[in-house]
Amino acid sequence: MTQDTPKPLNTLPIGQIGTVSELVLHDSERRRMLDLGLVKGTQVTALQKSPSGDPVAYFIRGAVIALRTEDASKILVRCPA
Amino acid sequence: MGLTRKSTGAAVDGSELIIKKSGPDDRVIALAGNPNVGKSTVFNALTGMKQHTGNWPGKTVSNAQGEYLHNGKRFIMVDIPGTYSLMASSVEEEVARDFICFGSPDATVVVTDATCLERNLNLVLQTLEITKKAVVCVNLLDEAKKKKIHIDLDELSLQLGVPVVGTSARDGKGLKELMDEVEKVASGVQKTFPPRLAYGPEIEGAIEALLPLAEPETEGIPPRWVCLKLLDLDPTLQASLAKFLGRDLADDPAIQDALSKIWEALKEKGITKDTFRDLVVSKIVERAEQIYQLCVSVPSGGYNSRDRKLDRILTSKATGIPIMILLLGAVFWITIVGANYPSELLSTGLFWVEDRLTEFCLYLGAPGWVQGLFVEGMYRTLAWVVSVMLPPMAIFFPLFTLLEDSGYLPRIAFNMDRYFKKACAHGKQALTMWVVAVGMRFSRLPASSSTDNHRHGPFPDWAKRFRSP
Repeated sequence: MTQDTPKPLNTLPIGQIGTVSELVLHDSERRRMLDLGLVKGTQVTALQKSPSGDPVAYFIRGAVIALRTEDASKILVRCPA
Repeated sequence: MGLTRKSTGAAVDGSELIIKKSGPDDRVIALAGNPNVGKSTVFNALTGMKQHTGNWPGKTVSNAQGEYLHNGKRFIMVDIPGTYSLMASSVEEEVARDFICFGSPDATVVVTDATCLERNLNLVLQTLEITKKAVVCVNLLDEAKKKKIHIDLDELSLQLGVPVVGTSARDGKGLKELMDEVEKVASGVQKTFPPRLAYGPEIEGAIEALLPLAEPETEGIPPRWVCLKLLDLDPTLQASLAKFLGRDLADDPAIQDALSKIWEALKEKGITKDTFRDLVVSKIVERAEQIYQLCVSVPSGGYNSRDRKLDRILTSKATGIPIMILLLGAVFWITIVGANYPSELLSTGLFWVEDRLTEFCLYLGAPGWVQGLFVEGMYRTLAWVVSVMLPPMAIFFPLFTLLEDSGYLPRIAFNMDRYFKKACAHGKQALTMWVVAVGMRFSRLPASSSTDNHRHGPFPDWAKRFRSP
């Protein structure tokens, strides 16, 4: 299985699993994401879009968490090609 | 060194929260936990009606204190804000951290959610870095059981180095055991040994370099943790610490000097402020994952498939919004229609009393203005307010609690977030709006009808339309 270049989490198709490779966030925003368990290497599954398409629910370390596109776009993930 | 808050003996230093102890043997217990883990259920179950609420000094964060007796001793429980972390990225986290750290509680209980323990361990591990005197309460064990999640509590206790108690606070299960463990830890009978988290050679080296300077100054706050926070250049902690110690450690020339040297060295190794935090948090998250894997077994498939299906229906594009409107509409409808009957009964009863009061006034031969002021003015308005407001509230709030307990409210927030974001708000506020809308419907009624001279019941026409034939 090859790994492609990192892409923003909000582009991860529903049902797919991605692995966090980088956070393009700083200070308190970065801390928020880290507190959610979004450290490098964490697996994230895109579960479900909300009726309007934003936010999207993700499965992260045993919890279902909704992230807005503006936040998810700053989390880079790799996923199996 | 000048007088510190500690040496002046303030009841709860640092946070300046006033705790009323009735004697020196009273134990102060901090109750921490993630949001929505049943922390308030535990709090209510333990303290019952003996509670009082207020705000944290100088903060718009509410605070609740309650007390309970156990084995003849009085325990004062302080409910600190529910947070996911103690890294102080919000006021709540700051308050929680400051109380655990500087409030010198005799023990801290961390309530966790058995159904999503890995996420909750983040807060547990962070708490254990600040205080050794902790008890971990694994709540919602009944729900975990339903989801076939098995948690080895003994192993968890071994890994964390503090007592772990499993509870189902809603049914009162495990609370006695929790109180036993809290008593033992608070009195020092039960020793605790949370293992130290190692943050890797760079950070450990930095801590070691700073430790000899900071250690004599920390007055009971774990020096290792203080060093870590000084290195983290966390301004909110530095402010709180300075308040607690009566002087600012970060202003100490020796420490300042050491800090800048250490940071220079760290930067040479390619560590920036962001990566420093990443390393620290990653270690905590890694450790949480490790403990989770040792102590928890979940059925294959992970995230409960029934929940998953339900979520798909409740939040999908096609069905999410219609179901939401139906559900909220149903609650609204039940409230309005259901309230009619008790409301009618109440108004009949209360206005019967008014007639008697009028007769009584006539019997006494009271002047007309007395009757007008007290009976037609004060009493009638009160009767209207009670008969109109009480029944819908008595119906609405239990229904709302039901929705809350079912976990549907976060789904509403999820569905509505986009629309509220456009108004610079967020989805969580959808519910506030809705509750306010319902509330206004009812609070408008007495005002409109009490200006009416003719007594024709408390319902304006629009409300009458909702009455069943």
